[in-house]
Amino acid sequence: MPTVSMTVNGKSVSGEVEGRTLLVQFLRDHLSLTGTHVGCDTGQCGACVVNVNGDSMKSCNMLAASADGAEVKTIEGMANDDGSLGVIQQAFQDNHGLQCGFCTPGMVMTADDLLARNPNPSEVEIREYLEGNLCRCTGYHNIVKSIQAASAAMTAGE
Amino acid sequence: MPKDSGIGAPSKRREDVRFLTGAGNYTDDINVAGQKYVVFLRSSVAHGNLNKVDTAAAAAMPGVVHIFTGDDFAEIGGLPCGWQIHSRDGEPMAEPPHPVLARGKVRHVGDPIAAVVADSVEQARDAAEAIELDIEELPAVVDMTDAISGNAAQVHEEAPNNLCYDWGFVEENRDATMEAFEGAHHVTTLELINNRLVANPMEPRVCIGDFNAPSGESTLYTTSQNPHVIRLLMGAFVLGIPEHKLRVIAPDVGGGFGAKIYHYAEEALCTFAAKTLKMPVKWTCDRSEAFISDAQGRDHKTKIELALDADGKFLAIRTETLANMGAYLSTFAPAVPTWLHGTLMAGTYTTPLIYCNVKAVFTNTLPVDAYRGAGRPEATYQLERVIDVAAREMGIDPVEIRRRNFIPADAYPYQTPVAVAYDTGDYHGTMDKLVEVADFAGFSARREASKAKGKLRGLGICSYIEACGIAPSALVGQLGARAGLFESCTVRVNAAGGVVVMTGSHSHGQGHETTFPQVVSEMLGMPEEMIEIVHGDTGRGPMGMGTYGSRSIAVGGAAMVRATEKIIAKATRIAAHLMEASHEDVEFKDGMFSVAGTDKQVDFGSVALSAYVPHNYPLETLEPGLEETAFYDPSNFTYPAGAYACEVEVDEDTGVVEIASFAAADDFGNIINPMIVDGQVHGGIGQGIGQALLENCVYDESGQLASGSFMDYAMPRADDLPMYTVDHSSITPCTHNPLGVKGCGEAGAIGSPPAVINAVVDALQSGGHNVTHLDMPASPDRVWAAIQAAK
Ligand code: FES
Ligand code: FES
Repeated sequence: MPTVSMTVNGKSVSGEVEGRTLLVQFLRDHLSLTGTHVGCDTGQCGACVVNVNGDSMKSCNMLAASADGAEVKTIEGMANDDGSLGVIQQAFQDNHGLQCGFCTPGMVMTADDLLARNPNPSEVEIREYLEGNLCRCTGYHNIVKSIQAASAAMTAGE
Repeated sequence: MPKDSGIGAPSKRREDVRFLTGAGNYTDDINVAGQKYVVFLRSSVAHGNLNKVDTAAAAAMPGVVHIFTGDDFAEIGGLPCGWQIHSRDGEPMAEPPHPVLARGKVRHVGDPIAAVVADSVEQARDAAEAIELDIEELPAVVDMTDAISGNAAQVHEEAPNNLCYDWGFVEENRDATMEAFEGAHHVTTLELINNRLVANPMEPRVCIGDFNAPSGESTLYTTSQNPHVIRLLMGAFVLGIPEHKLRVIAPDVGGGFGAKIYHYAEEALCTFAAKTLKMPVKWTCDRSEAFISDAQGRDHKTKIELALDADGKFLAIRTETLANMGAYLSTFAPAVPTWLHGTLMAGTYTTPLIYCNVKAVFTNTLPVDAYRGAGRPEATYQLERVIDVAAREMGIDPVEIRRRNFIPADAYPYQTPVAVAYDTGDYHGTMDKLVEVADFAGFSARREASKAKGKLRGLGICSYIEACGIAPSALVGQLGARAGLFESCTVRVNAAGGVVVMTGSHSHGQGHETTFPQVVSEMLGMPEEMIEIVHGDTGRGPMGMGTYGSRSIAVGGAAMVRATEKIIAKATRIAAHLMEASHEDVEFKDGMFSVAGTDKQVDFGSVALSAYVPHNYPLETLEPGLEETAFYDPSNFTYPAGAYACEVEVDEDTGVVEIASFAAADDFGNIINPMIVDGQVHGGIGQGIGQALLENCVYDESGQLASGSFMDYAMPRADDLPMYTVDHSSITPCTHNPLGVKGCGEAGAIGSPPAVINAVVDALQSGGHNVTHLDMPASPDRVWAAIQAAK
């Protein structure tokens, strides 16, 4: 079985995987990083979104082998160094941007990617960027508000 | 100033920290050492004779541990149905068996036939594909009208003509209702479909069965809204495992919306397999499998008629409904179109005569059961649609016609003609609030602005009521429920401070870990952080009935209040002893016991400590310890109600409907945490708009599911939905539970679909298109077709 190596949340990791092993399986089953979720089998829900080399990716749509050598960030790597919630995470808590929490890791990772590209997105831009992320609980209102709040906090903190 | 803790405070959710850092503990995150993997082989046809299931070759494949088939369950019970309905003629409903694995026949696409246990998922999947099946396909019946036509395929021998029951309610009012129609000034008739939906909580179902041979204890980890109910149903009715040898754990659960109430075959299979094979087994459903194995929702075909006098007063309502049960009776399916539906047909109005006829029908489709709102959205939709149509026919404003018929605020308790008695409410009050927050006054200007953009703007309203806090056990027992619907709570005060609250309610997004401590904190005068909630594990808390029907705070919260009151009562006696006073003279306030008229006082922590270190303690009259349990059985349902307004913009050329705004004015009684209540309403409205504009579960004529993935089943996405204006400042507290709460989980999904469709019809009418009705979902093709048909 081929060996893959990558940096996940700043740590070098490697493991033997089958050719068909998906990145999400590698994260969940090999590294026990179970914060990344699987909500569908057609690449439609975004519960599995992680950041690979600076881009948000659906980790159910990517082979672990294709992430060989990559820099990967998951929800487990989003907190501040002292363990407190990062800006986006804190904005989600403050604005009740999550209920059951299942879509949440994907939402936070997608928001992180959006704000890196567009620090001051409009409501429409936020909604469009979340096109690939399904939430069944919140009706999206508070997710949008959370991202707006994170954007404001990041801009203020600069 | 809003409070910053306790009842009424927008306390931030403590559970968020683990969910936001990836530290949640969902069932699929759990792995038991040595576990094997289960894959189900399911029927690919909707109806057929299952002549042969040959597992010999598959069983010899690499990694395969065992293959279970229907024969393994021949001596074991099937999946039970938890509610029995009687037909108009007094006969009990047809209740065909629901095997764990199919035997002799398959009855819907996805019907489980065999379960392979193997070392890996891939091996199990490969082996499942290698099982040889001989299925002789039979004609399938999908449409409900066909099903009961007398010419259709029979889904079950036990249900002639595919009829499960033929229910009439209120039977005694039938003749009087029919008579009222004879002499009525005006009758409005509407035929409509309440579209079939797939609940689709984002977390698919997962089960892990484990068996401890030395103790003989089985453990099931499962994605359930009610682990105790699963323990009872599976233990007592399917597998014959007594409750003390069966533990069911539902850890973090990623949404439910009804679909995770029911006892499913996969739970029984995994528990049985683990015990039989003496090894842990895990099944993880993927989304495609969820579409063909989770119970689905709604699916009613209804004809409703409303009789009115010349002033637009409602005289009578009669309805005829076909309700799809699917191929088997899911746990609570028979109750949904009957007691959760017919009893709500009075709505918020004084209609004196109501008669509903509901025929429940078997078809070769997935079982249908409760989905967020369950029966109440179906009732509200037809009522609020027919009222809008009547208003238009009679030239009365839609707000005005509702106001003329509202139950007045001084009429409580109000006995409806459909069994339930509303304890409290104020429907003019919520309508007033709606008119304000939705800015009805500015609508015509907004309509003009839309027109300038080339869009038709419509305003639709709805006044809803629901029966929540399910339910008084004695009452539902008379109505056919085979379960009690109390809730339980144990409150344990520890010796060195800190309180553990073990509740039978289950949180799968509702935020109980935050809201329940708010209540106890208020009562005991201690910080919320000192209070911990335990739920979701039959091994750790008292028997409870779980979370559905907006019952957690109204029933579970009430049990928690009762248990906490017992704690305070006992602590007061201990405090009295410590202060050498009579307990009648002891007051408890803000965490401190004091003797009236003296400066004697002792804090709650000292009392707790002395309960466990009873050196100076009234041992002759009081047991040591400070732990109390309460079971609370409600005396009535609660009746949240409110008024919703939706504005849409319709593009006449494409049929595309956009939600321009949505406003809700709800009366939930007292509020524990306004932030969480807002979130519950948002989520419900999102699902309701999904039903009204996007979602549709469709089978083709052969019973194949045409909408079996997120590519074909349109879930609402962020850019389909608006920001919502939500108000819950209209408060008429519930009169019969200790918190005065009514529940808020389902309201949004109940009130929003009719508001949306009323708005779409209003928009079309404003453009001169004489469209009376449009079935959900109001997708662009349907709207466009309706415009063309009206030309
Ligand atoms: S799991 Fe649904 S998109 Fe990846
Ligand atoms: S919070 Fe439950 S799916 Fe988004």
